[in-house]
Amino acid sequence: MLEDKSNVKAWFYLAPALFLLTIFIFYPIFNALFLVFLRDYNYLQGTWEGFTLFENFLYVFRNQNFTQALTNTMIITFVSVPISVIIALLISVWLNSVLKLRGFFQTIFFLPYVTNAIAIGMAFAFLFNQNYGLINTMLGWVGLNPVNWVGLGATWGNAMFSLLVYVVWASLAFKIMVFLSGLQNIDKQYYDAARVDSTKRYRIFRRITIPLLSPMIFYITITSFIGAFKAYTQVIGMFGVRLGPPGNDKSLITIVALVYDALDRSGVPGALSEAAATAIVLFLITLVFTLINMQVSKNRVHYSGGGK
Amino acid sequence: MVLDTVMYGDEKQNRRKARIRFSLVLTMLILFGIFVVIPFYWMILTAFKTEAQVLTSPPILWLNPVNWQFSNFATAMDTAPFLRYMANTVLVSSISTVGTVITTVFAAFAFARLNFNGRDFLFMILISTMMIPGEIFVITNFLTVVELGWIQNQTYMNAILAMTLPFMTSIFYIFFLRQSFRQIPDELYYAAKVDGTTDLKYLFKIMVPIALPTIITITILNAMGTWNAYIWPRLVTQQQEFRLVSNGLRDAFSNIAGRILYNEQMAAALLVTFPLLVVFLLLKKYIIRGVSRSGIKG
Repeated sequence: MLEDKSNVKAWFYLAPALFLLTIFIFYPIFNALFLVFLRDYNYLQGTWEGFTLFENFLYVFRNQNFTQALTNTMIITFVSVPISVIIALLISVWLNSVLKLRGFFQTIFFLPYVTNAIAIGMAFAFLFNQNYGLINTMLGWVGLNPVNWVGLGATWGNAMFSLLVYVVWASLAFKIMVFLSGLQNIDKQYYDAARVDSTKRYRIFRRITIPLLSPMIFYITITSFIGAFKAYTQVIGMFGVRLGPPGNDKSLITIVALVYDALDRSGVPGALSEAAATAIVLFLITLVFTLINMQVSKNRVHYSGGGK
Repeated sequence: MVLDTVMYGDEKQNRRKARIRFSLVLTMLILFGIFVVIPFYWMILTAFKTEAQVLTSPPILWLNPVNWQFSNFATAMDTAPFLRYMANTVLVSSISTVGTVITTVFAAFAFARLNFNGRDFLFMILISTMMIPGEIFVITNFLTVVELGWIQNQTYMNAILAMTLPFMTSIFYIFFLRQSFRQIPDELYYAAKVDGTTDLKYLFKIMVPIALPTIITITILNAMGTWNAYIWPRLVTQQQEFRLVSNGLRDAFSNIAGRILYNEQMAAALLVTFPLLVVFLLLKKYIIRGVSRSGIKG
């Protein structure tokens, strides 16, 4: 090694980032772990009534909206993630197989990546409008009756369906980008060899494309699960702070929404601890599913030698 | 002879098969492409309709550009100070992006190039915090900005500080940039050292220019992130006119009681979306490059 240790210098370079990270990332982690064990913490006065192990978690579970929030979050995650991963995979394989027009389609499919969640959520809400929306018009073309998707008194099922369409739509672009770049990195030799053996298309897809893309599929699945557990702004975008269709308020509430609900009540003693407890519950749920995910994919992910 | 015709027939059949396959793939791409474009189309179409046209059932699916009603944008701007919101957003986004780029360049340089005690350990700690949901930080960060006196009797300066300071660095971008920096051959560094170049000079004369595409990607993604920020600005701004575009858009068109004027709502949504689309089309290369390389969720 030509270089010697440059401790002082290194910390000087790290200082600006570490200073901010300490205040806004590290300290908040420890503080959340502290808040969650305080009884009736009042931040305005800086007082609390002793410590408690489970009380704040019990507040979370006893919150009248908790079951609804958990159910919604789970449905959003377990419906939107598999569907969007599969659609994105198909689209990227198709995109990769056409030469003509690829650039044009790429631009189209990447567009949703850059859009504002609130603005597009509003557009989706209007697409699903009962009388003036495009969706019901299209249903009319095939002879179906208009559905009250997101309007006054819309059912939970209809509203959830509309939300899921939006969530899937919004999450495609990112996945397609990652898959497509993965496909473009697959060594052409594999396909040439398969062609010499005149292997069937589907077999090539199953035996070459999927295994070689599996690290990316795995990566995307994990990050999408983590992202989907945090669903919130999409609900705000489509339904506003009401978190549900008019007359069915909070029917689409999510776990993250519960955190901000509690934060909005920050002046009330105990509310911040409840927010912290909710966020920690969310973290634990995410962690458990990430671990399950890793366990399940352990033997199915194929890492080609070298590994980058 | 016989063999020739067989092969020829095979070839012909293959070509026909390929053509059918191509048309099928194209059809699917077009169908999904329409699915992706529809919300944009619907937004643009509605933004140019008159109120009577919006309230026509079944809806009008095509508007002749001659009949576009541009006044919706003016009305939308009257409903809420969107220009003000945009100015706020541009300001917040510029400050936080400049801050982020500076802090990440320095930190990534230390992690990629310098040798110091505890480097790998510190890096591992940084990476492991990336799994923790942001809500855990938000709770305490809110208390911190309250403590700093940026919420009570908020001035514009306080609001800008509260919206920017917590976002002046990013572990993910440090990680991302470190990857780019590490690809620069060590020999360059040794050569520079022999020539007596200081680390700081080496960083700015050699490393930053080489890693410029990555830095541009970070700049774009960070700026776009601010443009989309909704939760934190809503939490820490105390006055309407300090808010950012997403908040302004959501608040202006959520009248609980009254009916929504969809053409104005969509005009406002288009105003917010349009700059993003322009940025995307102009800088597509950098965005795709950054996202597909590392998988950043925006």
